[in-house]
Amino acid sequence: MRRGIAATALVAALGVTLAACGSDSGSDGGGAKGSGELSGTVTWWDTSTVGSEDKVFKKVAEDFKKKHPKVTVKYVNVPFGEAQNKFKNAAQSGSGAPDVIRSEVAWTPEFADLGYLAPLDGTPALKNADDFLDQASASTQYKGKTYGVPQVIDSMGIFYNKKIFQDAGVEVPKTIGELKTVAAKIKEKTGKTGLYLRGDDAYWFLSFLYGEGGNLVDAEKKTVTVDNAAGVKGFKVVKDLVDSGAAKTDATDGWNNMQTAFKDGKVAMMINGPWAVADTYAGKEFKDKANLGIAPVPAGSAGQGAPQGGHNLAVYAGSKNLDASYAFAEYMTSVETQATVAKELSLLPTRESVYIKPDVATNEMIGFFKPVVEKAVERPWIPETGSLFAPLVTEYTKVLTGQTSPDAGAKATGDAYRKLLKDWK
Amino acid sequence: MAVDTPSQSVAKAAGDSVARGRSRGTGKPRGAAKRSLSTHWYAWAMVAPVIVVIAVIIGYPLIRGIYLSLTDANERNVARSIGVNEIPATYEFVGLDNYTEALTGSQFLATLGWTLVWTVSCVALTFALGLALANILNRKIAGRSAYRLMLILPWAVPGFVSVFAWRFLYNQDNGLLNKILAGGGIDAVPWLNDPTWAKFSVILVNVWLGVPFMMVALLGGLQSIPSEMYEAAEMDGANAWQRFRHITMPGLRSVSTTVILLSTIWTFNMFPVIFLLTRGGPGEATQILVTQAYKFSFEVSPRDFAQSSTWGVLILVLLMLFAAVYRRVLRKQGEVW
Repeated sequence: MRRGIAATALVAALGVTLAACGSDSGSDGGGAKGSGELSGTVTWWDTSTVGSEDKVFKKVAEDFKKKHPKVTVKYVNVPFGEAQNKFKNAAQSGSGAPDVIRSEVAWTPEFADLGYLAPLDGTPALKNADDFLDQASASTQYKGKTYGVPQVIDSMGIFYNKKIFQDAGVEVPKTIGELKTVAAKIKEKTGKTGLYLRGDDAYWFLSFLYGEGGNLVDAEKKTVTVDNAAGVKGFKVVKDLVDSGAAKTDATDGWNNMQTAFKDGKVAMMINGPWAVADTYAGKEFKDKANLGIAPVPAGSAGQGAPQGGHNLAVYAGSKNLDASYAFAEYMTSVETQATVAKELSLLPTRESVYIKPDVATNEMIGFFKPVVEKAVERPWIPETGSLFAPLVTEYTKVLTGQTSPDAGAKATGDAYRKLLKDWK
Repeated sequence: MAVDTPSQSVAKAAGDSVARGRSRGTGKPRGAAKRSLSTHWYAWAMVAPVIVVIAVIIGYPLIRGIYLSLTDANERNVARSIGVNEIPATYEFVGLDNYTEALTGSQFLATLGWTLVWTVSCVALTFALGLALANILNRKIAGRSAYRLMLILPWAVPGFVSVFAWRFLYNQDNGLLNKILAGGGIDAVPWLNDPTWAKFSVILVNVWLGVPFMMVALLGGLQSIPSEMYEAAEMDGANAWQRFRHITMPGLRSVSTTVILLSTIWTFNMFPVIFLLTRGGPGEATQILVTQAYKFSFEVSPRDFAQSSTWGVLILVLLMLFAAVYRRVLRKQGEVW
C-alpha cells in the first residue's frame, strides 16, 4: 500500500516536472535535457540472441544511467519466439508489460493497431528522424502516426564454412540448382550435409518463396498470393531441397540445432542474418573469423529474394514513465549507441550517418549486408502482418515433414489468410 | 438432501401443512427462509465463504467462458484500457455459430480423434505397466524399498523438468537416445520431427510420467487384499494366473476404477507434456484439444477468445459425458462410486 502511494506521488511529481519543462523539450527536440530531470524505472524487453548479443545490449542499456542518473533501466531478455505473445498478454491485461519493447518490424503495426503502443511523433524518441533509412522507417508507420524507432535492420544471406568448401572444391552456389549440386558434392567429398534449413520457423522460408516470385499477400490489390502458382513453387523448392538430401531440417529446436550444426562444422551452409554473426563467431569452427564466408541467398527462378527484417523500439502506451521511455528509445537508437552495437555485434544500423563511421564502414559483415538490405523484399506493413506467420509455419512444417503436399500446404495457408483478412481475394 | 431437511422441519414447526419447501409457497416461504436463516445462521455463515470462493474462482470464469463462446470475441474487439487508450468492446453475440463451426469443420474432429487415441493408449499403457510393477513390488524381493523409491522418482521431479529433459534426449542430432542408437549401428530416429514418431514420443513420455501414480495406487490396493485368500486359493490348487484373475483383479476393482477415471481425465487434459515437448507439432500432428484451445487463445493472432472458449466448453461437455457413462457402467456392475 505504502509503495503504491509512493509510486503515485512519484508519477504526480514527474507530471509536474514535465509540465514545467514542457515548452523547451518541444523546441530542442527533447533528449538533450540536462541530466537529473528524468527519473523512474524503464523496463526494457530485449529479444536479442542470448549468449552473444544480449550481453552487449544489456551493458549499453544500463549505461543509460550515465546520462540520466535518476532513471533505473531494468533489462529483461525475453526469447524472441515468445516475446510477441508475452507482450500481448501483458499489454492487454495491463500488468507486467515493459515500458519499452524491442518490437520486430512486423509486430509494430499489429501492436499499434491493438492500441498497445504510444505514438512517438513529436516526442524526443524520434530525434533526427530524417537520418533513418527509408526501409527501416517503413514499418514504424501506422495510420499516419509513428509507433516505433528503428533500432536495427537486417536481411538474410548464406553463411558458409570456407574450409568445408575448400575441402570439397566447390564454389558458393548462386542458384537453387547450384545449391543442390554443391550440396551433393560436399556430401560426396566430406560426408557433411550441404545446408541447414530451419523447419520450425517460416521466416527461413521467405527467401525461397520470394525467389520464385511468390509473396504472402499483395496489400495494394488486397489479394492473398501465397497460394498462387509462384507460392506453390516456393513450397515445392524447399520440399525438394530436404527430400533430395541437399538440406537437413528439424521441426523443433531449429535455432539451436542450426547454430550447433553450423558452429561445429557439421553442415557447410546455413541461411541466416546479421543477428547470428556474433553467436556464430563463438563456435569452434570460427575461432578464425576468416573461415566464415557470407554470400547472397541462392536465387530461385525469379531471382534473389532475401526478406527485409529488423527491429524497432516501441513504447508501451500504458507506461508509467513515458518521458523516460521516450528518452531511452532515443538513446538506444542514437548514432553513438548504434555505432557501438554495430562494432561489437556486426548488426546493421538504421541511421545513414552511422555507416560512415570508420569502425562501421570497414566491418565486413555490415559491408555485405548493406546492399542486400537495400534490395531486400519488404513485407506489407499492415496490422495483420504480425498474424501471417502462425498459419504459414504450421503448413510449412507439415510440408517439410510430409504430412501434406506443397499444393495443399499453400492452399491451406491461403485459406487461413482469407479468413484473417476479411474481404480480401 | 441436507438442504431439504431443515426447511421441512421449519415448515412443520410452523404448523404449515400445505406449503412444504419453497416451490409451492404462497407468500409464506419468505418468512420460512427468514426463519431458516435465523435458526441456522451459523451454518450459513460457515458455508458462505466456500460458496463465495467457488462462485468467484469457478463459477464466474465458467459462465464467462460459456458467454464468450457465444460471441465473436477476439483480441481486436474486446475492451481494453492501456494508458490513455480506452478501447470499448465491440464484439457481438453470434449464438451457436462457433459450435456449428467447430463441430462441422474438420479441425475439431481431427484433433478429437488424436486426443482419444492419445488418452486411450496412455491410460492403457500406464495401467498395464503400473499393475505389473505393483505386482512385482508387492512380493518380497531384495531391495524392494530401493526399487519403489526409484520408480516413484518420475513423479517427484516437477513435470516441466522431466519434459525438458526428455526433449534433450529426443534431439535428433545431439540427443542421447540417438547417440545410443548410433552406437548400435541404428540410424537416427526423428523422434520429434516425424509426425508418427512424435506421436509415439509424446505417449512414451506421458506413460513414463504416469506410471508411478498407477503403481502406488495399485500397490496400496494390492496390500489391502488379505493374504489368506491367496493361501486358500493355493490350497484349492489355483495357479498363479488363476489367482491373479480371480483374486487380484476383483480385489483391485475399486482402486482401479477410480485411478482409470482420474487418469483418463488427466491425460485428456494433459497440457504440459504436449506443449513443452512438441508445441503440438510437427505441424499439428500431436495437438490435443487443450493445447489447441490454448493456441487459439494465446498463440494465434489475433487471439481468438471465442473459439478457444468454445473448445473449452466442448472439452468440459465431453468429459462430463464420459464420467456419466462410466459411472452408469460401474453402477450396473454394482460398484459404488
